[in-house]
Amino acid sequence: MRGLSGRPILTLMVAALSAACSVSGARPPATVDQAVAVPAPGSPARPSRLSLPPSPLGEEQRIAHALNRLAYGPRPGDVERVRQMGLAAWIERQLDPERIPDEAVERALRAYPVLTMSAGELLRAYPRPDQALVQKVKSGEAARKEMREAFPPERRPYVITAQMQSAKVLRAVMSERQLQEVMVDFWFNHFNVFAHKGAVRWMLPAYEREAIRPHALGRFGDLVLATARHPAMLFYLDNWMSTREDWVLPAGPNRGRKLGLNENYARELMELHTLGVDGGYTQRDVIEVARCFTGWSIERPFDGGGFVFRAPAHDRGEKRVLGVAVPAGGGEEDGHRVIALLVRHPSTARFIATKLVRRFVADNPPPGLVERVARSFEETGGDIRAMLLTIFTSPEFFSAEAVRAKIKKPLEVVASAVRALDGQLLPPGSDASGGRPAVALLGGGFPLSRQVAALGEPLYEAQPPTGHPDVAEAWVNTGALLGRMNFALGLAGKRLPGMQVDLERVLAGADRRRPEQVLERLLAVILQGQVSAETRGALAAQLDSPDVEKLAALVLGSPEFQRR
Amino acid sequence: MRDCTRRSFMKGGALAAVAMTLGMGGLPRFLLRSAYAEGRSARPRILIAVFQRGAVDGLSMVVPHGDPDYYPSRGSIAIARPAAGASETTLDLDGFFGLHPAMLPLKPLWDAGRLAVVHACGSPDATRSHFDAQDYMESGTPGVKSTADGWLARGIEALRPEGASPFRAVAMGAQLPRILRGAAGAVAMSSVADFDVRAEAGATPGTVTARRGFESLYSRGVRDLLYGTGRQTFEAVRMLKAASPQRIAPANGAEYPRGRFGDSLKQIAQLIKAQVGLEVAFADSGGWDTHAGQGNERGQLAQRLAELGQGLAALDRDLGERMAEVVVLTMSEFGRTVRENGNRGTDHGHATAMLVLGGSVRGGRVHGRWPGLSPERLFEGRDLAVTTDFRHLFSEVAQRHLGVPAGAPLFPGFAASPSTHPGVFT
Repeated sequence: MRGLSGRPILTLMVAALSAACSVSGARPPATVDQAVAVPAPGSPARPSRLSLPPSPLGEEQRIAHALNRLAYGPRPGDVERVRQMGLAAWIERQLDPERIPDEAVERALRAYPVLTMSAGELLRAYPRPDQALVQKVKSGEAARKEMREAFPPERRPYVITAQMQSAKVLRAVMSERQLQEVMVDFWFNHFNVFAHKGAVRWMLPAYEREAIRPHALGRFGDLVLATARHPAMLFYLDNWMSTREDWVLPAGPNRGRKLGLNENYARELMELHTLGVDGGYTQRDVIEVARCFTGWSIERPFDGGGFVFRAPAHDRGEKRVLGVAVPAGGGEEDGHRVIALLVRHPSTARFIATKLVRRFVADNPPPGLVERVARSFEETGGDIRAMLLTIFTSPEFFSAEAVRAKIKKPLEVVASAVRALDGQLLPPGSDASGGRPAVALLGGGFPLSRQVAALGEPLYEAQPPTGHPDVAEAWVNTGALLGRMNFALGLAGKRLPGMQVDLERVLAGADRRRPEQVLERLLAVILQGQVSAETRGALAAQLDSPDVEKLAALVLGSPEFQRR
Repeated sequence: MRDCTRRSFMKGGALAAVAMTLGMGGLPRFLLRSAYAEGRSARPRILIAVFQRGAVDGLSMVVPHGDPDYYPSRGSIAIARPAAGASETTLDLDGFFGLHPAMLPLKPLWDAGRLAVVHACGSPDATRSHFDAQDYMESGTPGVKSTADGWLARGIEALRPEGASPFRAVAMGAQLPRILRGAAGAVAMSSVADFDVRAEAGATPGTVTARRGFESLYSRGVRDLLYGTGRQTFEAVRMLKAASPQRIAPANGAEYPRGRFGDSLKQIAQLIKAQVGLEVAFADSGGWDTHAGQGNERGQLAQRLAELGQGLAALDRDLGERMAEVVVLTMSEFGRTVRENGNRGTDHGHATAMLVLGGSVRGGRVHGRWPGLSPERLFEGRDLAVTTDFRHLFSEVAQRHLGVPAGAPLFPGFAASPSTHPGVFT
């Protein structure tokens, strides 16, 4: 195969998408486009259909598979809707999210004002509590009431992460732009920042909104550049305080303090963001890259400031990165050169291809497909849509081995279960809060985000720069499995606050007095009827006490539903 | 090997099921014990690892009050010199080192020769990044991030798996920490009482049928990670039901500090006393990153040290003579700057102190070579230098206490031998 059959269409697609990309709105002041080879734009005409490869899977199975991989699982009726539209057309549409109307989600997201606020606005609206007062309350010198009055709970900084977490689950469950949400999650995780490191929390909404989301289906190089210059990343990986050796702070409370090189960002940029750990760089390269990025800093890091280049802190000497000379005196441009160099490096194409294929195909990515996706990266200068297209039109993606080869991550298990039952998240302020103030304040997304955290994936709270892992071993342990079963019981038993689950609608016409009919319907809706004989048998044995809620929970907690 | 393990699970499960149908009570414990102790001559040795996340200031936890450079360097955060009869001064240990006064409950353990300190211990990697350093301390491979599993997981994997219990490795918390990730299959639990299928709060019949339903779903399928874990899960649930560790109250008047850390230790003690086959337990302790307002004899750090000291002392009291089989090992990713910073706190440093309590520990002494605090002795001119690579200490604990074979790949690419062990065990 070697991807030849898809090639002409792919090239057309890419050309069209590149053309579309180049006019897409706000960008950081500079992009790496100049530095990275871009194929000459061809005809702007958009092909009407992708051609999908022959597959051993039946049509329904293929559609369900695609909904499990490009989306957070099918809702009742989704398989039929995709069938009517045509799977290829649906995939094409998902690759072009701007054209998919999503008003219901946009309305619902208005409940989370932090999403559109700047770091400065957030610092004013959700100020850091005065540490002296916090200490006084702890030691009993001040009453808790004093704290509540000075810093009421709804104005505390945790609201920022809580709203972000709620919104993330809400989008995963409700958005029509499913692939976009999958990719925003993927790239956020790839360029991870940890909400609870220093000032990052206040920078978090802008980071996802400005550095990740606009480029989720765009160009990889733009992602690297946007994250490199964003205060959240500069803070999280300490580059904001990395200076040339022995630079002395000229002003401020720490005036006279000697600073120096910090290798943190330089190392992760190569190890985790671009080349990969075996990508062929040395400790010397780490130091040289760190020298290039000296001076890339934050204007007023604890006051909502943006990117600033501090020329006096920059190392003006010559550097040598991966054997390439970076001439002396390059200033801020040094960092841009390094990013262009790294994005163009063959190790980066392979590393990113491997990670994408792992996300969409299997924990052990098929090497042939990785090669083809890496080639798409190289041919298009890192066009993410082109790489995804190579995956989605590959025989490997639609192979029998790929079906349910992946264990769902906690966010995936929670979002797909809610979608499977067509659960409705209630907005903040509605009565279904179950008397919980946090649910009244944050709506139904919040308790679901707590479920995701309880299963081991606290959103925006992955401390290491690697983000949350994407392989089965990380998510399958006894405690976590019990957690998944209990989540299924809570959801189907309508015990999650802020949620509405209508099993009658799910059952749609099945005769409740005939348990085997109820079971068939549940299996059809939740697992698209694709279920092992063992699972079907175990469930059929439960029918002597026909409790629909329990039955639905068992299907959601079954081994099949833990996979996608 | 795997089959052997599974067969033992089944046997244990069958016994637990019998015990349940017989109507609970304390009776089945010896049966359980015999199922899990199969092939062993003695009761299992147990290691409790405590991770002080955020980098504890080792110079305030175990104070080198005899070092002439200590007081000049530390300004307002220094812990006052030992003074006989005075409270809130350093508790002298050996004329040179002393315990922070907030850790008074640990002093009797020191005096009894059951608590040891390894000072100037840490990583050979110079990183001052919390997550890198924690990652390295948990993977056991400083400088290498691609290591997939944790060293404690490799340690228990290297122990004989015969008769292994599903509870041989338990981490208290929702997520399995890096240190226990690996082929050995550890349990992560937020609370012992919640480790079950919960259909409806208080509705036992619903719980039982839901549990049986899930159990049958996971009992038949192919042998893969998911089904295997599913089967282990229900073995574990049934075993815990039979043993009911949550009903075991702290003994000997032990009082655990309130909060997550105290709860974790209390529940680990319950699992030990219920004899569910625990070999390695893990608990987190947070709040050590004292960049500002660290305090001295009192204050932010003192509160954290008080919780740690009370917690460990309560565990020791609670477990009583069982402590002969138990070792507690504390660790933290790095230490803190020798010099007080501009915010009455300390920044990220290098070496710190680690505590080893219980078992056959050679206690009542501070192990390791003291590098000194004079400026020319400091690492990179600012931090306490590492004289004991943490891997030497950890491998001594793993080998001498748990019985991990010397040839096991505990720390790949690192050669630890009895001659390089710090000598914490007799």
